[in-house]
Amino acid sequence: MNAHLDYVLHLADTTLVLAQRNSEWCGHGPILEQDIAITNISLDLLGQARNYYQHAASLINTANPNAQADEDSLAYLRDEREFKNPLLVELEKGDWAKTTLRQFLFSVFQDLQLKRLLHSTDTQIAAIAEKSLKETAYHIAWSSEWVIRLGDGTPESHSRMVTALNEVWEFTGGLFVPAPYELQLAGTIAADVSQLEKPWTETVSNVLEEATLSLPGKTFMQQSGKTGIHTEAMGYILAEMQSLKRSLPTATW
Amino acid sequence: MKSFTADEIFRILETVADPEIPVLSILDLGIVRAVNLNGEIPEIVVTPTYSGCPATDAINTDIRLKMMEYGLPKIKITTRLSPAWTTDWMSQAGKKKLEDYGIAPPKPANREITCPRCKSPHVTCISHFGSTACKSLYQCLDCKEPFDYFKCH
Repeated sequence: MNAHLDYVLHLADTTLVLAQRNSEWCGHGPILEQDIAITNISLDLLGQARNYYQHAASLINTANPNAQADEDSLAYLRDEREFKNPLLVELEKGDWAKTTLRQFLFSVFQDLQLKRLLHSTDTQIAAIAEKSLKETAYHIAWSSEWVIRLGDGTPESHSRMVTALNEVWEFTGGLFVPAPYELQLAGTIAADVSQLEKPWTETVSNVLEEATLSLPGKTFMQQSGKTGIHTEAMGYILAEMQSLKRSLPTATW
Repeated sequence: MKSFTADEIFRILETVADPEIPVLSILDLGIVRAVNLNGEIPEIVVTPTYSGCPATDAINTDIRLKMMEYGLPKIKITTRLSPAWTTDWMSQAGKKKLEDYGIAPPKPANREITCPRCKSPHVTCISHFGSTACKSLYQCLDCKEPFDYFKCH
């Protein structure tokens, strides 16, 4: 299909997959307030994903009135290779350090991306960005507090943050490498993500410094998720998320 | 079918409550942005509070049910995302109702949050995320009661 639709699906898949990952903490958070916090963040991301999927469905149905696409068919009935989320959001949730660090690294990126999408020539994307930005501010505040608290905490919490940073870092580079559909639309419908790495690194290194963690040096970066090639973790998360809809297509809940 | 004026439709909408905070009507909340009578069927324009607010679908259903009750079965509900909803759109009456209900109403950044029970300004934020997407969890340091604060948004 066309780049415009691919791009909307990329935004949708990214928020949906992270929402699903974070929701794994529901009922398992370290304390009640934090369980509520991470599931609230999940809900925000899921709401954003729904807005993007509804928009994608209307693009599909406008082009082909017989398509009958809707948000559910796009979320539940597409296969792994069709999902266009960056690898960072699909990684297993790990411990609390990994979950909060990944959220922080993603939210700082998302905030920069959404600020550019306010000027998207697709007014629906711009409207969704305007709405989402208010939510992202809370996500950054919450996740950066955790990165600092754990990084600058006990020897145990510090070492967990160091481990988390080593685990997720190689998956951050892909955020800033535009997929072909992004490249085609950069500056019009899409944000030019290649320009976001510098401001992202600046914010991230400030928080890591306060957390007594060091910014990892230049290293090999994984880049494939946005083009549909995923890590081993992706099949499992899709299986869990999609199995009910696929085995009982008419079920409602 | 009986025809309604925009004022009459607004008066009906005044009776639709927020499912999460039933003391507030959807007009208090400021999410009804317009009622348009130019088309074939009346259009009600709604701006959701938070992207993932589960109340959004429930509110749309409640609007339809209430309109049906008043003899207006055919309406169109349009979701408008931009401009994004802000707590500035909440009515003064709504803010008062919130406080009486035990939820501290949204305050601009330079105004202090007070305990909805004892009115003390000595409060502390326990968590930025509360029982619903629109609220944070606070505690009063004087009467010691925890309370919800409706986030300024």
